[in-house]
Amino acid sequence: MRTTSKRARAAIAVLLALFLSLGVAACGSDDDDTTGNDEGGGGGAIVSNPDNGKVTLTVGSKNFTEQIVLGEVYAQALEAAGYKVKKDLNLGSETVALKNVKAGQISGYPEYVSTALTSFFEAEPEEVPADATEAYEEAKADFEKEDLTAFPPTPFASANAVGTLKKTAEERDLKTVSDLEGQSEEMTLYGSPECRQRIDCLAGLEELYGLKFKKFVPVDIGLRYTVLDKGQADLSILFTTDPQLSAQADKYVILEDDKEVFPAGNVIWVTTPEVVEEAGPDYEKTIVQVQEGLTLKVMQELGARVELEKEPAAKVAAEYLESAGYTG
Amino acid sequence: MSALPQPLFASIQGAFEFIITPQSSNVTGGRTVGGIDQVIELTLTQLEVTLLALALSLLVALPVGLYLGHRGTGELLAIGIGNAGRAIPELALIAFMAAAIGVGLLNVTIALAVLGIPPILTNAFVGIRQVDRSSVDAARGIGMSEFEILRKVELPLAVPTLMTGVRTATINIVATATIAPLAGVLTLGDFIINENVYGENGVLAGAILVALLALTLELALAGLQRLLTSRGLKLKPA
Amino acid sequence: MTSVLALPLAAVGEVGEGFFKERTSDTLPCQSGDALFCFGWAKDNIGEYVSPAVQHVELVAISVVLGFAVAFALALLAHRHRWLRPPFLLGTGVLYTIPSVAFFFLLLPFTGRGRDTAIIALSAYTLQIIYRNTIVGLANVPTSVKDAARGMGLTDGQILWRVELPLATPEIVAGLRIATVSTVALATLAVFAGAGGLGDPIYEFINFKTNIIIAGGLAILIAVAFDAILFAIQRLATPWRRTVMA
Repeated sequence: MRTTSKRARAAIAVLLALFLSLGVAACGSDDDDTTGNDEGGGGGAIVSNPDNGKVTLTVGSKNFTEQIVLGEVYAQALEAAGYKVKKDLNLGSETVALKNVKAGQISGYPEYVSTALTSFFEAEPEEVPADATEAYEEAKADFEKEDLTAFPPTPFASANAVGTLKKTAEERDLKTVSDLEGQSEEMTLYGSPECRQRIDCLAGLEELYGLKFKKFVPVDIGLRYTVLDKGQADLSILFTTDPQLSAQADKYVILEDDKEVFPAGNVIWVTTPEVVEEAGPDYEKTIVQVQEGLTLKVMQELGARVELEKEPAAKVAAEYLESAGYTG
Repeated sequence: MSALPQPLFASIQGAFEFIITPQSSNVTGGRTVGGIDQVIELTLTQLEVTLLALALSLLVALPVGLYLGHRGTGELLAIGIGNAGRAIPELALIAFMAAAIGVGLLNVTIALAVLGIPPILTNAFVGIRQVDRSSVDAARGIGMSEFEILRKVELPLAVPTLMTGVRTATINIVATATIAPLAGVLTLGDFIINENVYGENGVLAGAILVALLALTLELALAGLQRLLTSRGLKLKPA
Repeated sequence: MTSVLALPLAAVGEVGEGFFKERTSDTLPCQSGDALFCFGWAKDNIGEYVSPAVQHVELVAISVVLGFAVAFALALLAHRHRWLRPPFLLGTGVLYTIPSVAFFFLLLPFTGRGRDTAIIALSAYTLQIIYRNTIVGLANVPTSVKDAARGMGLTDGQILWRVELPLATPEIVAGLRIATVSTVALATLAVFAGAGGLGDPIYEFINFKTNIIIAGGLAILIAVAFDAILFAIQRLATPWRRTVMA
């Protein structure tokens, strides 16, 4: 019995030691996505400013691929400029992201002007200016009323779109969204959960197009093509910048938005004046500079690498920054 | 003159109001969310998928577990599946089902049943195994058929262990049903996962409701266990 | 797959011509399609899973240590004072029953988004099994053994630490094993609390089967590893075999 008790005690001791050491090691380690700036910019257009090292910025993004890539691009650019950068990507949809900015959980995130105007500021789709600069000015003014601010827009714009399999479109003779009239009652539409309330999504389809669907099923944005492939969705809400639309144009099509319910929006960086002040002039300068290269074609290429080739967003963002001469 | 929609401050009171009356959504469209009707609808969906998955689990695991336990074979299998089942990562399971087979009630039910089978199988086996062999021999001695022995001797004695397995299975299933909205089945988890739609009050309301639902089911099953346990067996609490 | 570095002929902001790739349905690689598992991609990208896996192990280790500490303390208390047993059993039972995702968001107003919230919820989940197994293990110590010890002059405290606990060790470690394996599986949900772990990559490419298989497979491997370690310790501590049920 003495042997047993000794062995048992030894066992308990080993056990506790093992777990405790794991626990202590874990507690002590730095687990955030904090990336320090260990070397200066190696010759790219973005120059590292040592003053920025005092500032920590948290880059946020919404919860789909394009947003995550954008988040990575901005995060790495700011890092190259000398800031300490933390990332909190894949947060959720626009209301969650906005809430996090206001609460100071993130320094800023990339938002679409059209989403800002229609979702936050309750504009009707037809009220969204077609001109990118005009739309930006309007959104910025609205943001300022809420103690927020926004930086100038990217070259590319993106919009929601009603998409389907090419063969469905051919069978039912669908070219525009209005063509769905009379047919939509027997078709299921799959979209993101927030699509139900958005005027540039289901709400707009129901109110402005007057369409009724057999069923609307909310699913994660990442499944928007899967549900078409599996034959479960007749229609799915896609994005005009999706790489699948060009690389697999023989498989998927989007219906033309003839009533202009889905306004296109360029991306603007939403942040607070406090962060702007704390971070100094390089903050806006870097963001505006790095996004100059983001044309539609480039965004589709980046999106293709992430969504089709399943490369990590961080790597794809780094490739872009290097190729465009921002980082050395 | 549109003000930016203010996130509703999460508060118990706010959550309570969300449950009782439809709230105006704080995203454009002025859609109403919440309210008792929607709560009931999502609760029923969660109950539906839970009970369907549980039924499927029982259908598959119970006969196998009872048979193996009665025969006294397949211990490695029965215990092994129980151990392995505990290691199944819930999120990966739901995601895989959605990606491989598709979204929808049937697929989610199958995924949830996969989670429910291991505890039921193992506990059915162990429950039968631990029945006193002399009772079984005595029953065999007085001429009972194998099936009768299972039904009249072993099963009643195995009820506590078996029901524990069913309760564990239910807890796992209810918990995973909470993330079923990822796969298109709208359970109460929808309130929790989709804050952008329901607001902070919705999230808190969802969390409270899910917790209450799980506790209620557990209570009901505990009561059922009490009912099914023969008088002579009522165990004292540990 | 790597892009051609743009020589500084073009203005800054313009990517080189070699940046773009022609893609058609026929030339898409394995990972664009619906294949069950893309080995090429897996080989190239396995490094991406290291960080989430490490986070996952950390989450589990801290949660189980915390859960064990609390549950063990509760069990010792309840072992001494019988009247504590029903409330403790009930309390840990309630925490076990509440689904973790709900728990994350119930904690949110107090602990915010992040690792702490996940750890508290995951620890709470382990309390019942560890507490119950400890109490039952201690209660199963034959009175005759305790009487003998008392007869030898040991105090109550000494009896607890030198007699009862060693004899209860198999039961306790068994509970620890179950708790740890369950926590590994449950920690995939920590992504909803913003705490990272292997749920992160799953959620990021939620439609990509290879990804789910790798991340899920890693989680299972971690569970098996933890279980094996604990099993070895259990074996070391108990020369006799005992089967414990789920």
